[in-house]
This record gives sequence, structure tokens and C-alpha cells, in this order.
Amino acid sequence: MGFKNYCFKKSLWVFHFGGASCNNCDIEILDCLTPRHDLERFGILLVGSIRHADVLLVNGSINIHDKERLIEIYNQAPKPILVVAIGACGCTGGLFTESYTFAGPVDKIIPVNAYIPGCPPKPEAIIAGIVKLVKNS
Amino acid sequence: MSKKTLIPIGPYHPLQEEPELFKLYCDGEIVKDIKWETGYNHRGIEKLSESKTYEQVFFLVERICGICSTSHPFAFANAVEEIADIEITDRTKYIRTIIAELERIHSHLLWVGLAGHFLGYNTVFMWAWKYREPVLDLFEMISGNRNSYAMFKVGGVRRDIEEAKIPLIRKILSDARKKIDLLTGAVMDDPVIHARTKGVGILTKQDIIDYGAVGPTARASGLAIDVRKDDPYAAYPLINWKVITAHEGDVFAKAQVRLLEMYESISMIEQCLDGLKKEKEGDISVKVKEIPEGIGNGRAEAPRGEVFHFVQSDGSNSPVRHKIRAPSYVNIATFRKSCIGQTIADATISLAAVDPCYCCTERMAVVYDMNSGEKIMNANELINESVRMTNELKKTIKLQK
Amino acid sequence: MDSEAIIGLFKLRFKSYILDVIKKNEKRIIITVNPDAIIDIADYLYKSAGFRFIIATAIHSRKGFEIHYHFSKDSFGLILNIHVVLDKENPQIESLSNMFNASNWIEREMHELFGINFMNHPNQEKLISEGNWAEGVYPMRKEFK
Repeated sequence: MGFKNYCFKKSLWVFHFGGASCNNCDIEILDCLTPRHDLERFGILLVGSIRHADVLLVNGSINIHDKERLIEIYNQAPKPILVVAIGACGCTGGLFTESYTFAGPVDKIIPVNAYIPGCPPKPEAIIAGIVKLVKNS
Repeated sequence: MSKKTLIPIGPYHPLQEEPELFKLYCDGEIVKDIKWETGYNHRGIEKLSESKTYEQVFFLVERICGICSTSHPFAFANAVEEIADIEITDRTKYIRTIIAELERIHSHLLWVGLAGHFLGYNTVFMWAWKYREPVLDLFEMISGNRNSYAMFKVGGVRRDIEEAKIPLIRKILSDARKKIDLLTGAVMDDPVIHARTKGVGILTKQDIIDYGAVGPTARASGLAIDVRKDDPYAAYPLINWKVITAHEGDVFAKAQVRLLEMYESISMIEQCLDGLKKEKEGDISVKVKEIPEGIGNGRAEAPRGEVFHFVQSDGSNSPVRHKIRAPSYVNIATFRKSCIGQTIADATISLAAVDPCYCCTERMAVVYDMNSGEKIMNANELINESVRMTNELKKTIKLQK
Repeated sequence: MDSEAIIGLFKLRFKSYILDVIKKNEKRIIITVNPDAIIDIADYLYKSAGFRFIIATAIHSRKGFEIHYHFSKDSFGLILNIHVVLDKENPQIESLSNMFNASNWIEREMHELFGINFMNHPNQEKLISEGNWAEGVYPMRKEFK
């Protein structure tokens, strides 16, 4: 098996970056950790620093102020890193594309490996998306 | 190794190392000054509103904040219906009230979980969010989505709550009441929580008036303002309920107000369900021809306080001007009073007690030494400091027993 | 005392500054005033009449720059809009933030979005524009032909 697959065979550490969002997606991501969905039993952990992460979750429409931060976070991430754009805003910018502060969507700023659409996507959808991504990489 | 820097049961939010929301300047252990930086979340919603039709604006304003997702469409509907002098049906009033009160329950439970996390009680976080799930299931059953329900439109609501759904709603509410009893008992009787929250982050009534603060933040300091009572709308004048207040103005008082409000909300929903029985099923909207020229001031009581929408119409399909004021805009400014003079460990819980909309607390605080200008603690460490204080208190209280 | 009485008192006291009164109903009243009187009016409403400052809305229209200051008398559910019209070329008005803190942030925001100058504001610094748009750009201004 390749080095990448070897890395991903063990537990996944996930770092979350929230752009300019309404936080529905952030709450649904956090919800994945709570007892009903309980991602932690699979060893998936939300980490506090990008340097420890295998997966970068990005949500929110990125505004000009956030754009540099996102690029910086991506540069600091240890490669290989899988980037997932979550929610309608993360995937395409959603309702906010015509705003005077819009600088996204995410895939115009950093390369994205998977898209999980929804407004917000249910925790089941987020989990399914991450599992599918890992299986395919 | 790296696991030690993380709060093991999943940190509440990813804590960025760089741009901070609150910069705390400290001299030793005491916070002397706070600077607030923002602009991260600015999406130009007021300008976007001017290029959308009234129907489209509902979808836009729902996404201002995910947690108070119903309060914004509610206030907007109130404003537009005021311009056009639209009378909504009683069934609409009951349905709107049910959605708003369900949202209050889920939002307060969310806050209880976060406050528990900041204090180091991660089990409280897990319980509170677990008990939120049935409420979100109810939303999904009624509206099709767990968040952002798209229930409102000018002159009515978009979906009905049919007779067949009501028994399940009642059952889930009565289960929720028992669970909230458990949570309230655990939180209100714990001596360590008393020690961490009583006398902390106090806001006096005069502070509240000076900053124009609203919601549970204001009611916990003895100012009994609540849009549902002062400027009644929807079904609030048709049912029996009371405004919950406390007097101490500290974090404990704010928690108390929120916990007790959940019981009121459950009772309000049950009364509205009784009210629905008397109304004709399907009578959920009125015909709206056009919105004439004029001005509307609409407000609603969100879980965090008064949401205010100002709409100016010129007779066309889109608003000419749409001003939105969320309650956190006035509430967050009170941190100058509640955090300055506190220890660093208490600053986290004081900030959280105002229940800023998650959008704002996502990037939390960072601590600087006032004299050297050096950054001495990042956001992660700030939460750990709060947790450390809780653990110390636990030991002290155990020894006293 | 009801809202009719409060408005009556207000009209008596500020007679010379009132330009127009629009009463939608008992709970929604808009009074257009001379901008020079804003400090006295806000002082009266906040200190004597027990009103709460909700927020202020700025509008860019053909008349110039308009501001609605929204005040609430919670015990009556009354929202009183104090409406002023400012100059097209050089919009400015006295800041209310030396009287209470509730208007501090919104005046800074109106300055960033519309370019209105709030005279004697204690700290008219950037609130939301940092990194989002450049100095001298006012995103909420409109083009009128």
C-alpha cells in the first residue's frame, strides 16, 4: 500500500477552519462528536493545530479578510493533507457570491479534494463524505 | 504528546493561532484592558438584501446566524407586514411561536454545553448537546431541516403543522422536560460551579442600560425587558407565560435565567399546540398583492435578545434599505465592564456568559502582558487555564467536606 | 402616561427643531428633526424619558444621507425613530457616544460603510473594514443619476 494510504489507515485527525459563515455547518461538524454520532469511536479527532492534522475542513464563504489566513493555514499543513469544502458556502460561495467582501469559493484559493454540499449538511452526510474521501484516496 | 495540548473529548472549536477576536491585556493575573477585532464574518448582507426580492430575503436573513436562525426571518416578517398592514391568521401566529420557542430551547441547551466546556465540565457539554438532538429532530419533522427551517414568508408560514404530528411533538417535549430537569439539577447544585460563576462577570443594571444590552444578559441584571411582553407579536399575547429575571448580574444568574426560560418555552409550545386544535388546518397564509411604499420597524425576541430589522420600501419588489441589528451587537460590547478587573481564568466564562453568537466566539481570546506586550497565552491555553482553576476548586471543596 | 402623552411632551419641548411627524400607530412614530438638536434630543430621551437606544440606520438617498436613530420605550412597546437628513457632500453629525456606550460601535460602522463623520466620537476607528476594503471606499453608498 502507498505511503498515503498507510497514513490514513490509522485514526484521522481533523482541523476545522471556519470562514465567514453563519455557523450552521460548524455546529453540525461539532455535532459529529456528540454522543448520537460520536465520531471519536472511529478515532477521528478534532485537533487544535493544523500541524497535527490529516484533514482540513473548510466551511463558510471566504471573505477578503480570511483569504490570507486560509492560504497560510494550508501552507502550514503537513502534506499530504486532504481538504474538504463543507456546505453550500464552502463549495460554491452559496448566497454570498455577490457580496463586496467575497473572495472565494474555497477551491479558487486552495486545492480541494472533496465537497460536501448542504445548508447545512447533516452530520450523517459529513461522516459519509469523509469516509468516502478516505476510501478513495 | 500532541494530545496533551488538546482537550481530550474534542475541543469545542478550532482555535486559530493568529487573528483573534478578543485581545486581553493583563498585568499579572488580572485583565486590565480588552481590544475587540472583527471583520472576519462580514458578508455584506444588508447590501445583498437590496438586490433580492422580499421572498428571497427570508432565505438570506436566515443565514445570518445559524443558531438564531428563526429570529431574523421573524423580525423581518414583522417589519414587512407592518409596512403593508398585513393581518396574519391565528394559525400562523401559533406556528411561528412554536418554531421560535423550539429554537430558544435548542439555543439555550447549546449554550449550557459550551459554558460547561469552558469550565472544564465536558460531560455537561456532551449531555446538553445530546439532549438537543430530539429538538433538532422535531425541526426536521416540521420543516425538513435541522437548522435554517425556511418556515417564514410574508403574510404566513410555508408549511403547516398537521394534526398527525402533534402527539409526537408533545412526547418529545415531555421527555425534554425531564432531561432539562437532570441538567438543571446537576448544574445549579454543584458547589464548584457556584464557586466559578457566582460573583464572576457582574454587570449592574446601570451597565446594561448604558450599553443598551438586551436578552438574558439584561434580564439577569434585573432589567425585565423582553420584546415578547413589551411589544407583543404572533401568539405571545394569546398564551400565559412570564418573563424570567434574576438580580445578581453574574454568570450564575445568566445561566439561571436561560435554564428557567427553557421551562417557560416548553409550556408556551404546549399552549400553542392546544391553540392549533381550534384553528382550521391549512389556514397558514394570506394573499399579499404588493408591498407599498413605507417604513417598517420589526423586532423579535431571539434567544440572545432583541433582534431588530428596519425595512424601507419604495413599492418595488426589493427593499430599498434593510438594516439588521442582532442582539450580540450590543451585548458583546459589555465585555468591557464584565471582564476588566477579572482574573484571566474568569475572563473566558465571563465572555461566554453573554452568549455571543457562535459566529463571534469562534475565534476566541488571546492574552497579552500589558507591560511587555508579549503574547503569554493563546486561546487553547486560555481555556486550559479556566479548566485548571475548576480542578483546583474541586480539590479545595473536597478537602473542606 | 401613554405614548400619546410622551410624544406630546416631546413635541412641546423640541417644537422649534421638529420638521415633520409621521404617526403610523400608537407604537411606531417617526419624527424628523434638525440635526443640530440631536444631542439635546438624545439626552432628553435617554436621561429623562427612559428610552433605550436600539440602533441607528443610515440611508443614502437622493435627499442626501439620512439617519434614523431608533429609540425604544419598552414599557409601551413604542419605537420612536428620530430621523435626520444630512448634507450630500459632507455628511456629519455630533456623536452620541459620549453620552452612552450603546451607539459607539454603530457610529463607527456607519462611518466605514457610508462615510458619515461623527464629530467628537471617542474612538472613530475601524470596526469591520480592516482587511475587507480600502480607506475611502464606502460600500453602502449608491450611484444616483
